[in-house]
Amino acid sequence: MPAVSYTNEVTMTFLSRSANEGFARVSAACFAAQLDPTLDEVGDIKTAVSEAVTNAIVHAYPEAMGKVFLRLRLFSDRTLEIVIRDWGVGITDIEKARTPLFTTGNEERSGMGFTIMESFMDSVRIRSKEGKGTTVILRKRFSPRAGAAL
Amino acid sequence: MPVTCTSEGRNLTASIYGEIDHHSAKDIMKELDRQIERIIPLRLVLDCSGITFMDSSGIAILLRAYHRMKSLTGETTIIGVPPQPAKVLKAAGLHRLMGVQTGT
Repeated sequence: MPAVSYTNEVTMTFLSRSANEGFARVSAACFAAQLDPTLDEVGDIKTAVSEAVTNAIVHAYPEAMGKVFLRLRLFSDRTLEIVIRDWGVGITDIEKARTPLFTTGNEERSGMGFTIMESFMDSVRIRSKEGKGTTVILRKRFSPRAGAAL
Repeated sequence: MPVTCTSEGRNLTASIYGEIDHHSAKDIMKELDRQIERIIPLRLVLDCSGITFMDSSGIAILLRAYHRMKSLTGETTIIGVPPQPAKVLKAAGLHRLMGVQTGT
């Protein structure tokens, strides 16, 4: 088996039901717990994951249920990488999607999802192809803590 | 219901509880719409002190209530916002639009 660059990994796949938004963000927060994060850092992770997973649930699969993939990885420099992937409709214009207040959703959506991901995480990368799906990669390096496992 | 409303004359106070995401937002919006239509408040106080988590779905709720109140020339105040929702509101710039008081 080839050597891996990360120290821990969890993957999961779930249906695009809105009830799974809470499940996804709490799972990410639990995984991040091994970094002994601050309350503020836990809040940042939960918020960013909630935004990305909600996008997949609301926008990727507007008509039917689909699958959402979540991968959590930890690196030895205390970086947490979160990948959220769907096989839905894709984003036509990524730059536009990242613009604050822009939304293709109804008035229940604020159009602030990517803005919040960007302000809560160190980096946000988006890959998307129309009709094929979208992958969002979120990264955050956690502050050093005495007594943390990593 | 993740929102409880109390009114005194034309002052409406809505207390929002728990985890506010896209999953729970619809019910809260509906209830706020219903109460605002019923009371036609002069003043709406949104008490956020019971919120344990909020994402951008919460922004849509607060903006909608704010716009409804504005169309009635009423005033909206947001009180008791815990740290995590406060950070979300700040990232969205909502504190520049309406009165937001943070709580502990």
